[in-house]
Amino acid sequence: MDIPHLVEWAVESIVIIVGLIGGFAYLTLFERRVQARIQVRIGPNRAGPWGLLQPVADGIKLIFKEEVIPDRADKALFILAPVITVIPALIVLAVVPLGPDMVLFGYPITLGIAGDINVGVLYIMAVSSIAVYGITIAGWASSNKYALLGGIRATAQMISYELALALAFIGPILLANSMSLHDIVNAQQGFRWYIWLQPLGFIIFLLAAVAEVNRDPFDMPEAEQELTAGYHAEYSGMKFALMFMAEYDKMIAVSMIAVTLFLGGYWGPFVNQFPLLGPVYLVLKTVVVLFIMVWMRATLVRFRYDRLMAFGWKILLPLALLNVMGTAAFVLVGG
Amino acid sequence: MSIDVIIFLGLAAVAIASAVSMLISRNAIYSAIFLVMNFITVAVLYLLLNAAFIALVQVTVYAGAIMVLFLFVIMLLGAEHVETSRKLPWQLPVALIFGLILVGEFGLMLYTRMDVLAESVQSVVEGFGSPASVGSELFRTYLIPFEITSVLLLVAMVGAIVLSRNERKESR
Repeated sequence: MDIPHLVEWAVESIVIIVGLIGGFAYLTLFERRVQARIQVRIGPNRAGPWGLLQPVADGIKLIFKEEVIPDRADKALFILAPVITVIPALIVLAVVPLGPDMVLFGYPITLGIAGDINVGVLYIMAVSSIAVYGITIAGWASSNKYALLGGIRATAQMISYELALALAFIGPILLANSMSLHDIVNAQQGFRWYIWLQPLGFIIFLLAAVAEVNRDPFDMPEAEQELTAGYHAEYSGMKFALMFMAEYDKMIAVSMIAVTLFLGGYWGPFVNQFPLLGPVYLVLKTVVVLFIMVWMRATLVRFRYDRLMAFGWKILLPLALLNVMGTAAFVLVGG
Repeated sequence: MSIDVIIFLGLAAVAIASAVSMLISRNAIYSAIFLVMNFITVAVLYLLLNAAFIALVQVTVYAGAIMVLFLFVIMLLGAEHVETSRKLPWQLPVALIFGLILVGEFGLMLYTRMDVLAESVQSVVEGFGSPASVGSELFRTYLIPFEITSVLLLVAMVGAIVLSRNERKESR
């Protein structure tokens, strides 16, 4: 372990975390503007040019809000829960390669912190399985029945859809013959994206990922009409902002992982000549996937809870199993 | 002291502290969370031993899937607080005796096998514990135990479903 490597990792970690925080701020604006257009409105356009300062205004407002901790809440866990929720969202991108290997100032540099570890996909699974705790604990610690119901719904939903999500990972793993995201991305070089071979896998991944981040049409845990706001009903001020940030950062993270697994990651025209184009392509493709998520939220209505469970277990899971078997047969015969 | 030893001592302290806290905390939710913490610490210990695959499986399966279900059931049943009235009078002496026997056995083993333990364990094969090697070991050398385990788990699952079904019919 030498100094240039440590500096490289530190810089990349800071870039990812700052990028996720900034991405969260502007994703809220993006979502509000796009939804407004879909609903024939204009959306926030007053703060700054094209409303670009709206996230800043929102942030300042949230900082000055009163922080309320309910009397009967479990204080330690109530404060800890937003932190536990946000950390998995910030660390999951550590295994996603952000660009091709390159040489900068005479040092060989890998864009992405640990893209080439041989358990990259498992790392994503491990972190996403930990992500449930923050929401569950938030729901319980609030000592509010709506929050508790939201927390329980979120837990049940996330452990149900995690199975389909994990099975959707297996397609790219089998095709690339590796569990390292570095190898999976490199196998897709030259427009051989896995979405062409794995259209079903991509759809399953996207649906399960939307359910994992508790977004519409799977946002039962925070169904406003029945649960006020679900697990974060009692949160205010910056604690609420952290909960909110976790949700949007998870959106960004799953979109980036979807791009990496199915849409060729950072590869695109001229990346071989100009390696720095890689991150640009990655971000652009991520924005496309994020747009699909926003589009779904603006178009679809919320599922009923029993249908959500039935959909996860009786449709998505068997389809994902079928996809795994089909891919395995394909690899065995054709590859 | 090398950096590995320092990390190990820190992790060991956290692991033991979280295990003890799990045992003594009165609130079942806290116990569950301390157990999760313990599992994650043990996973980091595996990482220290270059067993990344086992470490991440430990986090996904134990800390993730199983403990989430525990927490879910505790919350659903509202069974956070342990009833203190129902105490078994013979539990404490029996637990103490068994605990002492275990410690004694452990010490004896350590004492008699000292020479074996002192040998270096660094001669691990390249790629040992990687997903590929674990997979090929499971599906080649240990195929039959692996299949039997999966059948056992399936039987347990089917059994739980059948039992809960009968109950529902009777209640109608």
